[in-house]
Amino acid sequence: MFDVDKWQEILSTIKKNKMRTFLTGFSVAWGIFMLMILLGSGNGLSRGVAENFKQDAVNAMWIWTGETSIPYQGLKKGRPVRFTNSDRELVKNLGGVDAASGRYFMGSTQYSFEGEYGEYTTISCHPDLKDVEQLILDEGRFINQVDIDKTRKVVVLGKDVYDGIFKEKEAIGEYVKISNIPFRVIGICREPGSTRNRSAWIPVSTAQKVFNGSNRLHSLAITIDGQTLAESQQIEDKIKNSIARKHRFDPKDDDALGMFNKLEAYLETMKIFQAITIFIWIIGVGTLIAGIVGVSNIMLIVVKERTKEIGIRKAIGASPASVVGLILLESILITTIAGYIGLILGTGLMEGINIIVEQSYEASMASNQGRGDSLFRNPTVDLNIAIASTVLLIVAGALAGYIPAKRAARIKPIVALRDE
Amino acid sequence: MLSLNNVHKSYITGSNSLHVLKGINLDVNQGEFVSIMGSSGSGKSTLLNILGILDSYEQGEYKLNGTLVKDMSEKKAAKFRNELVGFVFQSFNLISFKNAMENVALPLYYKGVGRKKRNKIAMEYLEKLGLAEWAEHMPNELSGGQKQRVAIARSLISKPKMILADEPTGALDTSTSYEVMEILKEINAEGITVIIVTHEHDIAAMTQKIIRLKDGVISEIIKNGDLQSFKHQYMKELETA
Repeated sequence: MFDVDKWQEILSTIKKNKMRTFLTGFSVAWGIFMLMILLGSGNGLSRGVAENFKQDAVNAMWIWTGETSIPYQGLKKGRPVRFTNSDRELVKNLGGVDAASGRYFMGSTQYSFEGEYGEYTTISCHPDLKDVEQLILDEGRFINQVDIDKTRKVVVLGKDVYDGIFKEKEAIGEYVKISNIPFRVIGICREPGSTRNRSAWIPVSTAQKVFNGSNRLHSLAITIDGQTLAESQQIEDKIKNSIARKHRFDPKDDDALGMFNKLEAYLETMKIFQAITIFIWIIGVGTLIAGIVGVSNIMLIVVKERTKEIGIRKAIGASPASVVGLILLESILITTIAGYIGLILGTGLMEGINIIVEQSYEASMASNQGRGDSLFRNPTVDLNIAIASTVLLIVAGALAGYIPAKRAARIKPIVALRDE
Repeated sequence: MLSLNNVHKSYITGSNSLHVLKGINLDVNQGEFVSIMGSSGSGKSTLLNILGILDSYEQGEYKLNGTLVKDMSEKKAAKFRNELVGFVFQSFNLISFKNAMENVALPLYYKGVGRKKRNKIAMEYLEKLGLAEWAEHMPNELSGGQKQRVAIARSLISKPKMILADEPTGALDTSTSYEVMEILKEINAEGITVIIVTHEHDIAAMTQKIIRLKDGVISEIIKNGDLQSFKHQYMKELETA
């Protein structure tokens, strides 16, 4: 197969038909190019989303309450379940739970500062919420335990809240009126992966004292120490059972207690990306097959055109095998080289995009205190796939050449040599 | 060298069957110079193709160099052709994108001779035929006579036992035709069997044995000694025509 003469034979015929060879090769190059771009984009998107999930604490979990839907221990259904401060203590002290914060939503509240007004969402919480929601502090600090203990009237403003009522003025230490009650601004922060930051956070104890007077909580936000899905589900069950025992409802009652586990959602999303990858492969391989059919078609024409030449070769002693080899190798050569060019252009383009993406990522990291913001990360194809594609190309070339080669082998020298 | 025993051949096109050769019996010895003549459709080219294992036959026996040639596999036929037979065609059948030397060298490629060596041998043959300075030229840069000489060089390079030429002078003018015939005679003088198909009497007259085909059978075999009278008869035919 690695016979110099054979290659010279093939190269000389290719050289003779440059345009045709180019067009044939182009369809294959295009197929592989598209496959690489699709795979690269798919990878980039999946990595970007994975990254975003990670920023948002993949091991975070949100728990909220509802009404019971199953009668339990003599209690009828339809009974509301309500969280209080003691539920947060209960959950925080369970094994596997790292940080736990209660949340009490006050809904839309009026904020004002020196004649500027705005309606924003107020969330009361514990210091742990910062870890659960991975809030990014632009200035100042977040709520701490002292704020909770002393029920200080302090507030951490979302970026949009700050922009809306402070308009670039120094805010830290100033007093902003929330429903006409003055709160001292201690920090300005943003939520990761979010374009809207129209919330403000106040200590949960203060909110309960100032606005409500009770010890109610709407929901719990926690981080758990579970690496795998099984571990995290185990912790989830533990939490559910504890709360169910405390509030006396059936642990199987999904209406009484709602839970959102980010790891589960993360794994679920990653599954979608696996499906997308498969889909991309199907499309890519389809495009490639179009290329293969193109090559096969051209090779058939080549065989037809070279009928006479093949006849001469056979008359002077070419065996059918050598003729098959000639056609097959030419086809493999065209597909492999063209495919390789497509491969290099495709991966090259994706690497180029990667550099740009990384630069913008670095930029957003710099302005974001070490937390980049991007839906698209590292959109490159790894080496294994590149190798697999190359193998695929060689197989494709052989496949494309097979039928034409068969036909070439069947040419009878007598038919080919007949003078017309 | 070769012997044919009651060889039949017919071409089947659709439901029609055309019986071309209707029982050919022929013996050609090593070193003979034979021409096959006959009107068009008499089956002379078919006969040559069978002799060159380019075509199959249905009935009878064909022995080449002692081996029975019948229903041969393509691979074996190719090997036989490469070793025993050299072909010269009316339309030369040179490969258009190879230069004269490469065309001549091609049979050696299929014999597995290395590039350098076969090009050197090809040059020797081209020199022999007075084409050394045309070695690097492509076929379309050569005249008809030159092309045919390249084709003859190609047929000789594999040192065949027999040269089969189908109308080797059919596309050439008279003086070039005679040149080509001189070359074929020289080849024959070296002991190689030469069989040509022609419809030109003067060309046939230069051979040692003329086989006349008529309607698929051999109507007449004119041997060396009778050639003079054949020529005479041919002249008469011309006069009456």
